[in-house]
Amino acid sequence: MGVYRTEDGQPLVLNVVKWAEKLILNDLCSSKEYLPITGMDEFNTLSAKLLFGVDSAAIRENRVTTVQCVSGSGSLRVGAEFLAMHCPQSRPVCLSQPTYENHPFFLSAVGIPIETYRYYDPATHGLNFQGLLEDLDSAPAGAVVMLHACAHNPTGVDPTVNKMQWEKMRQLIRSKRLLPFFDCAYQGFASGNQDVDAKPVRMFVHDGGECVVAQSFSKNMGMYGERVGALSIVCKTADIASRVESQIKLVIRPMYWNPPIHGALVVATVLKHRELYDEWTVELRSMADRVIRVRQQLYDALSSRGTPGNWTYILKQIGMFAYTSLTPQQVSFMTKEYHIYLSPDGTINIAGLGPNTVPYLADAIHAAVTRY
Amino acid sequence: MPIRAALLRSITTTTAARGSPLIGARSASSWWGHVAPAAKDPILGVTEAFLTDPSPDKVNVGVGAYRDDDGKPVVLECVREAERRIAGNMNMEYLPMGGSVKMIQETLKLAYGENSEFIKDKRIAAVQALSGTGACRLFADFQKRFREDSQIYIPVPTWSNHHNIWRDAHVPQNTFRYYHAESRGLDFAGLMDDIKNAPNGSFFLLHACAHNPTGVDPTEDQWKEISYIMKVKGHFPFFDMAYQGFASGDPERDAKAIRLFLKGGHSIGIAQSFAKNMGLYGQRVGCLSVLCEDEKQAVAVKSQLQQLARPMYSNPPAHGALIVSTILDDPDLKNLWLKEVKVMADRIIGMRTALRESLEKLGSQLSWEHITKQIGMFCYSGMTPEQVDRLTSEFHIYMTHNGRISMAGVTTKNVGYLANAIHEVTKSS
Repeated sequence: MGVYRTEDGQPLVLNVVKWAEKLILNDLCSSKEYLPITGMDEFNTLSAKLLFGVDSAAIRENRVTTVQCVSGSGSLRVGAEFLAMHCPQSRPVCLSQPTYENHPFFLSAVGIPIETYRYYDPATHGLNFQGLLEDLDSAPAGAVVMLHACAHNPTGVDPTVNKMQWEKMRQLIRSKRLLPFFDCAYQGFASGNQDVDAKPVRMFVHDGGECVVAQSFSKNMGMYGERVGALSIVCKTADIASRVESQIKLVIRPMYWNPPIHGALVVATVLKHRELYDEWTVELRSMADRVIRVRQQLYDALSSRGTPGNWTYILKQIGMFAYTSLTPQQVSFMTKEYHIYLSPDGTINIAGLGPNTVPYLADAIHAAVTRY
Repeated sequence: MPIRAALLRSITTTTAARGSPLIGARSASSWWGHVAPAAKDPILGVTEAFLTDPSPDKVNVGVGAYRDDDGKPVVLECVREAERRIAGNMNMEYLPMGGSVKMIQETLKLAYGENSEFIKDKRIAAVQALSGTGACRLFADFQKRFREDSQIYIPVPTWSNHHNIWRDAHVPQNTFRYYHAESRGLDFAGLMDDIKNAPNGSFFLLHACAHNPTGVDPTEDQWKEISYIMKVKGHFPFFDMAYQGFASGDPERDAKAIRLFLKGGHSIGIAQSFAKNMGLYGQRVGCLSVLCEDEKQAVAVKSQLQQLARPMYSNPPAHGALIVSTILDDPDLKNLWLKEVKVMADRIIGMRTALRESLEKLGSQLSWEHITKQIGMFCYSGMTPEQVDRLTSEFHIYMTHNGRISMAGVTTKNVGYLANAIHEVTKSS
């Protein structure tokens, strides 16, 4: 499961979250009544600024509608419902191969057809960029492209920003008139820097075009169980954004009427107080750094055991997961003999490991790879 | 190599020239240009209009949230204590897909009874839901998936969102008679007729207590007859229970209809909400339960309910559930809650009496008996839209156009003013 752990394998509640909760608790004036259908205003404004940048022209021009949803999952569902209602039925959503395992479910729940585009190259453990471009190029007119903003789940392989891969994708997507739909679940968690991780999304806003973004605070604020997220739709004009927002309300009201308040209150409190925001940046950095360290530890452990195979990709991949090339047979062996539970596709939750568990995992991988 | 692929290869191998024009985006038309503005929510419109009214006499009896005698929202003491206990301590891990096990256990006891045999026999499939709304929606989706050909019978009138919920779940809707305008009470004959005439095995949406918006509930004897005829017809009763404890002040009493149906051998479904009775409105805490034939079926049904929630929001929010389980699991806190819920219910019952007596004292020739006969948060006054408009324009009193008064907005300070205004606009009728 994609949940962060400390070095000791413990769940982590961020300090800023604890402080925010205390502030909220002591604020006796704080109303706990129904939020508006679109959620907490302040939360929406702050989440949009975090994602699109504090100086975002699109926000200034009121072209962005941001609606609090029940975490990234809820944002994906509400976004999908909106697409189903307002995009002709025949247009598919193109998912990367592979992608987050739940992506197909949100789409099939609303009857949107799914296509895929090549993404992961098992030979290089990297991006099949050529294949990606070819498949997007041959996507049907008006298709929607699901993109991972950063720290691709499950591969950890991201297109480059500095080496222009994202720019080339942007040009192709815009020239083909495809609609970009970003799943942004790891902002700040991937590189440790919120602005760096948001760069791909901002490129698609800066060019004046439209896009849809599902934003989650599960990982980067550790708010997993409180289900905090937001759906943003960047539109051509303020008038369109306002109409779009009114229609999104019609999706939400018969689903759960209005979103849960607690998580949004916590996130908004952190985002709006300078000291809390800065401390959050420090904690984010420290989580991201720990994951990078664990990657190094795992790589070193496998190298020192002489485990067959090229394991450098563990160092190159970004984010919570390592997408290994372990086969189902090897995975099953590791479960049976070592009681290690990975997903059948060989994905390892790096963020769940620590110096105590890495050696044991390396032993298990070594045994599996040499045995099969 | 095909031309197109060669073209793409050339894009990948050359870097984009500096200052090259941004391709495509600025001149493109909008994806959403054709999207029409949606109609505004009428109930929210009432509150918005109220907020912008500068009159010092203004009264808001449109809102469906409890207010104390000073017209202020209330956070219950038991909730504050629960929040104190849980703040900063708990981790924030994902709840299981079906929600908080502890919260569900306690919640089921409220609905089915502390010593319910159905709980003991593990015959209830239950999941935590996003308040009562989320519970209704999950059930509607479940109904659509597993009883594809079924339709839902909805009372007239009902909470407007009920129609939206079953519509979005793509379940065809029918209505059954409920409110009797002349008597401002229950159209029992019409109701029984419609139950009899519905095809066998239809699904019926019933308000367990404190019907929204009318405040009209069947009597115990009437519930018995409804239960009997529904059993004969093989109908499935789905209860929306949003006001347990809030109606009479006694949660056990408010669950009477449900207990009756259980005794009558029905398989039922229940949507429970803690929005009003614990004042947890914004936390979105509720529970959907379906009574099954046996434990095996309950396990299967629960897994399917979870599967329906999965592509909606994956798993439900923890905080509200934690508050509920902290309160219900602690005898002292639970007792405090029961006291506080009774205070809320009693205040409303008191205001009903005060409003009726005020109108009678003013010499109104109309019967206002229904104000005290109806129960729960709302009173269906019987006033026309024109009379409601006059209340707003002449007296700055805000309520929904159907004449529904939220008794929660009535206080000892404004009840006289409200009675006077109602008398003014109705005395010629």
